Amino acid sequence: MLRVDPSTGKQKWYTTDGTKSVLSALISILIGMAVGSLIIIIVGLTKDGISTKGIWDGIRLVFMGILSTGRDGAELSFGFNPVNVGNMLFRATPLIMTGLSVAVAFKTGLFNIGAPGQYLMGIAGTLSVGLTLGNAGCPVVVAWFAAFLTGVILGALWGAIPGIFKAFLNINEVITCIMTNWIAANLVTWWFDSHEIFKNAAEGGKIGYIIPLKNVGVVTPKMGMDVLFPGSQANGGFWIACIIAVAVYILMTKTTLGYELTACGSNRHAAKYAGINDKKNIILSMMIAGGLASAGACLYYLAGNTEFFWSTYLSLPPEGFNGIPVALLAANNPVAVVFSGLFMSMLNICGTQLKSLTAYNEYIADIIIAVIVYLSAFSMFIKQLLNGRKQKGGNK
Amino acid sequence: MVFLIQQTLLFAVPLMIVALAGVCAERSGVINLALEGIMIFGAFIGVLFIRVMQETGMFEQEQGQILMLLTMVVSAVCGALFSLLLAFSAINLKADQTIGGTALNMLAPAIVLFFIIMLIQQTKMGMAEGGAASWFMIRPSTFGLPKDHSWGPFIDVFINKVYLSTYICLAVFVLVSVFLYKTRLGLRLRACGENPQAADSLGINVYKMRYMGVMLSGALAGMGGFTYALTTANCTATGAVAGYGFLALAVMIFGNWTPLNIALGGLLFGLFKCIAATYATLDINGDGIYLLNEIGVSPYIYRILPYVITLIVLAFTSKSSRVPKAEGIPYDKGQR
Repeated sequence: MLRVDPSTGKQKWYTTDGTKSVLSALISILIGMAVGSLIIIIVGLTKDGISTKGIWDGIRLVFMGILSTGRDGAELSFGFNPVNVGNMLFRATPLIMTGLSVAVAFKTGLFNIGAPGQYLMGIAGTLSVGLTLGNAGCPVVVAWFAAFLTGVILGALWGAIPGIFKAFLNINEVITCIMTNWIAANLVTWWFDSHEIFKNAAEGGKIGYIIPLKNVGVVTPKMGMDVLFPGSQANGGFWIACIIAVAVYILMTKTTLGYELTACGSNRHAAKYAGINDKKNIILSMMIAGGLASAGACLYYLAGNTEFFWSTYLSLPPEGFNGIPVALLAANNPVAVVFSGLFMSMLNICGTQLKSLTAYNEYIADIIIAVIVYLSAFSMFIKQLLNGRKQKGGNK
Repeated sequence: MVFLIQQTLLFAVPLMIVALAGVCAERSGVINLALEGIMIFGAFIGVLFIRVMQETGMFEQEQGQILMLLTMVVSAVCGALFSLLLAFSAINLKADQTIGGTALNMLAPAIVLFFIIMLIQQTKMGMAEGGAASWFMIRPSTFGLPKDHSWGPFIDVFINKVYLSTYICLAVFVLVSVFLYKTRLGLRLRACGENPQAADSLGINVYKMRYMGVMLSGALAGMGGFTYALTTANCTATGAVAGYGFLALAVMIFGNWTPLNIALGGLLFGLFKCIAATYATLDINGDGIYLLNEIGVSPYIYRILPYVITLIVLAFTSKSSRVPKAEGIPYDKGQR
């Protein structure tokens, strides 16, 4: 079989690298969901109190939980559920941003496992500035932009630290990212612990939370989301994330800066030889990554109704780590990140449906995500399998 | 003072053993970023095993020490089995080891929490009856002596109100260090992390050695995870070990991949952890004054310091680092 169309001289669509990336992502997703279903079946068979019907319900929710409309009598009912879809868009927003963060760093040959720390810095900046300006009676638009930009800048500066270590001392960014994650977790807790004005003392029973931004009115406009998906948390943050994704795509593929970043990722020494300042680009890449991750946090908390549990020094936000599967599944393509982010948050919704409608719980979604990450670690291997033996035969 | 030393040891020992776990894998040439995940898994298996044994009634409170020993073995074996996932992807499929490790770090809490909730409908699993102290702590009554018996200030530090697991971990630490640095097999394992091609040319099976390194690493991390849950979390599993696996990675780098320095680093970091956890009620010289509390240094400083120190040490030692040369590079027989 010829891989090149003889009439145009171009590669046939089904032999391009992009097609194979999509295929290997789909295979990873299918295997992940199959593993999830298998666990549901095994647990259902060994545990008393779960009938065959319960198992079947669980499997259906893993695959189509997003369409679930609850229970109709004893049977699960399916259909378009605006609350589920809206919440999916809402929860996808931070995932898309952290996914972009990891993807940009990957393109420069860096593994940004520091997204959780950058995310936390974004939360601290946004909430502090938003609440302070909101209380001071600042116009909402000014307060919104100030809060957003503070968060992004803090995250970018935080991301710069591993970049500097990598560029000047050649220290593996994975280690420095992990260290800065835990430093950030402690710093943010310390910051909120010592500032009583940010703590939500008014609402009883909510100990340990920061005042939500809706109390001071600094929130992202809905931009039509409340009409499309009534009753859900969706807001304009999703549109902003999509615009940023396209902007990142243009930056990485159509600009000199993007070309330099990618060149450093392909071969740092060759790029240096060609006259590209590799140190500057590595730091810049980590700063962009940090800014994107913290922008996700800003958009999530500027929604207004989300509440931040501030005593977080013993744990890191999962949104940061989930940027890794989002980027891997999208093969680091910024536009594809939007779709893989949506898929991850869909799994998340399926998990909550599973929890509320069956005897299973939401962690099955996390297992599926982990399996997908595991498989994407050897996506090269899957791609090779897709190529089959033909390439070895030299048939180009 | 007695309290400070005992608490420091409790915090330091899991760190040391898990940091050594990291060394085993990295010396064989595989980056083991999954230490945190394996610890979580080991802690869960350990607590689950104790629960099941208690429920079947095979062990009474008097046989607590035997049950604890058995549990350490079980969590070590399960940790090794769990780490096979990393070994398979990193060695056979030549996958990116960092991503593989991250996957395991995500998989472990997900699986553990899924099963804890399926088993007991809550997110925290403890023992079926009693607590870690009443079942497993060594006290005068363990030796049949009266409750307020004292062996004198020096011996008290080491055998009154301590856990046997601490000493077993220390012994294992010494044994594995000797294995890595004083035996032929250990030398071969380390060769695979420095120059696998040369090792292979001398007839060493690189794949086998790397499997051994990763599984040894998994066993130590699983055991360390259970020890952590037993001694500092009152024998409960929650699907998290508070970043201990990552702190152990920091200790490993701080110790420059050598056991003696890791032991020192573990003690230092353990001391910080201990101070951060107990600074408000810490009476160092027994005069009734809580010195550290009165200095007024925030506990967050103590919590942050280990990570900051690691960053600084990294910055200054990056030139003389003893990081294994072939670490993170999949071994390909066809490559020279």
